[in-house]
Amino acid sequence: MIEVNKDNFDKEVLQSDKRVLVDFNAEWCGPCKMMKPVLEEISTSNNEIKIVSINVDDEDELASKYNVSSIPCLVLIENGEETNRSIGLISRSDLDSFIGGK
Amino acid sequence: MYDIIIIGAGPAGLTAAIYGRRANKSVLVLEAKSYGGQIINTLDIENYPANNHISGFDFATNLYNQAKELGAEIVFDKVIEITNNKEVITANNKYNAKAIIIATGSDNRKLGLPNEDELIGKGVSYCATCDGAFFKGKDVAVVGGGNTALEDALYLSNLANKVYIIHRRDEFRGEEKSVNLLKEKDNVEFVFNSNVTKLISDDKLNGIEVTNKDGSSKTIDVNGLFIAIGRIPENQNFAKLINLNEAGYIIAGEDCTTNIPGIFVAGDNRTKEVRQLVTATSDGAIAATNAIKYIDNGE
Ligand SMILES: Cc1cc2nc3c(=O)[nH]c(=O)nc-3n(C[C@H](O)[C@H](O)[C@H](O)COP(=O)(O)OP(=O)(O)OC[C@H]3O[C@@H](n4cnc5c(N)ncnc54)[C@H](O)[C@@H]3O)c2cc1C
Repeated sequence: MIEVNKDNFDKEVLQSDKRVLVDFNAEWCGPCKMMKPVLEEISTSNNEIKIVSINVDDEDELASKYNVSSIPCLVLIENGEETNRSIGLISRSDLDSFIGGK
Repeated sequence: MYDIIIIGAGPAGLTAAIYGRRANKSVLVLEAKSYGGQIINTLDIENYPANNHISGFDFATNLYNQAKELGAEIVFDKVIEITNNKEVITANNKYNAKAIIIATGSDNRKLGLPNEDELIGKGVSYCATCDGAFFKGKDVAVVGGGNTALEDALYLSNLANKVYIIHRRDEFRGEEKSVNLLKEKDNVEFVFNSNVTKLISDDKLNGIEVTNKDGSSKTIDVNGLFIAIGRIPENQNFAKLINLNEAGYIIAGEDCTTNIPGIFVAGDNRTKEVRQLVTATSDGAIAATNAIKYIDNGE
């Protein structure tokens, strides 16, 4: 899982060949910390998706560009376009189906 | 067959797991979302004995690790039903136990407006300290009249351009000190005797309609609405078997026993006065001890 900022966002997210799951999070957000290990695990075990992390405190431009007003906020991006979004803490199985697009 | 199945891995459930394992009982904890329960939303706990300052995340993680190290099995699966003969049914599985402890806590109470769920994360929030920072310089409203609503409004008044407090009465239940602090703020406006009756949005929240007791209504333009009208116990899935009071809490005294022998309750979801970490963990200890007694008596 890589950290993304406004300088590499285009390259890492919008121009990615793979689907990207963007995890908007912050150091002070407990539910985000709960989800982190699960996202890390999926990131290493599933090659079909790229998972990146964006710290909303450091990257408020990106957060407001994507209208993030509550975290954890997971945004799926495919060919540069948002295709789905999930807000709040979700279970592993809900996360799997969110990523699987079911 | 497990000795004890605990439903919910919040502070009450995980404490019960510790006590169960210390008595050498086999323990399965079933959790719908993630361990820790409500407290993971808190940045700083200041009232848990012997832990002066600890984040909710650290508190929950310590408790989880403690239960795991003692040998509790923790499975992420939501319980949808329990039966009289102590079968615990989840979406994917069935488990059997000699005793059950229901420690499912509580969830945010919603206004019940049609598009409320869709707007969560798009302007509607139940946690000012979690989401307030996204509303810097914007106009927001808080609904509610208790301490949480007042504290939320105070917190937001330091960030937002303007804070409206919508309350259905003309007096607050919350502490007078907070009310007075709010009255001194230039950017706080009280809207009394009113309910939020509509959420106005395109893709995001743009405003709310509030209706006064006298029947008149008006629109207030806000980007954020913080709902602080209390919490509701998560007991719906047990209501067929277990006696609840009219507010939905499982009826039980300090001994944590329910109307069904061998089924116990621990934490915020039972009838009690004080809903805090210390009382949740205390319940966990009592419920587990009584479950152990129940099993050892061979009932
Ligand atoms: C923002 C906030 C700040 C707080 N700050 C403090 C504080 O500073 N000090 C303090 O003492 N208290 C504080 N509290 C209160 C404290 O968090 C609660 O009293 C405590 O968490 C209650 O513990 P519990 O185990 O009973 O329930 P919960 O914490 O609600 O845990 C219940 C668990 O059960 C799970 N669950 C629910 N239904 C099911 C099901 N059907 N199947 C499986 N699992 C299920 C839930 O996902 C959850 O993990 C705060 C609460 C909030 C919301």
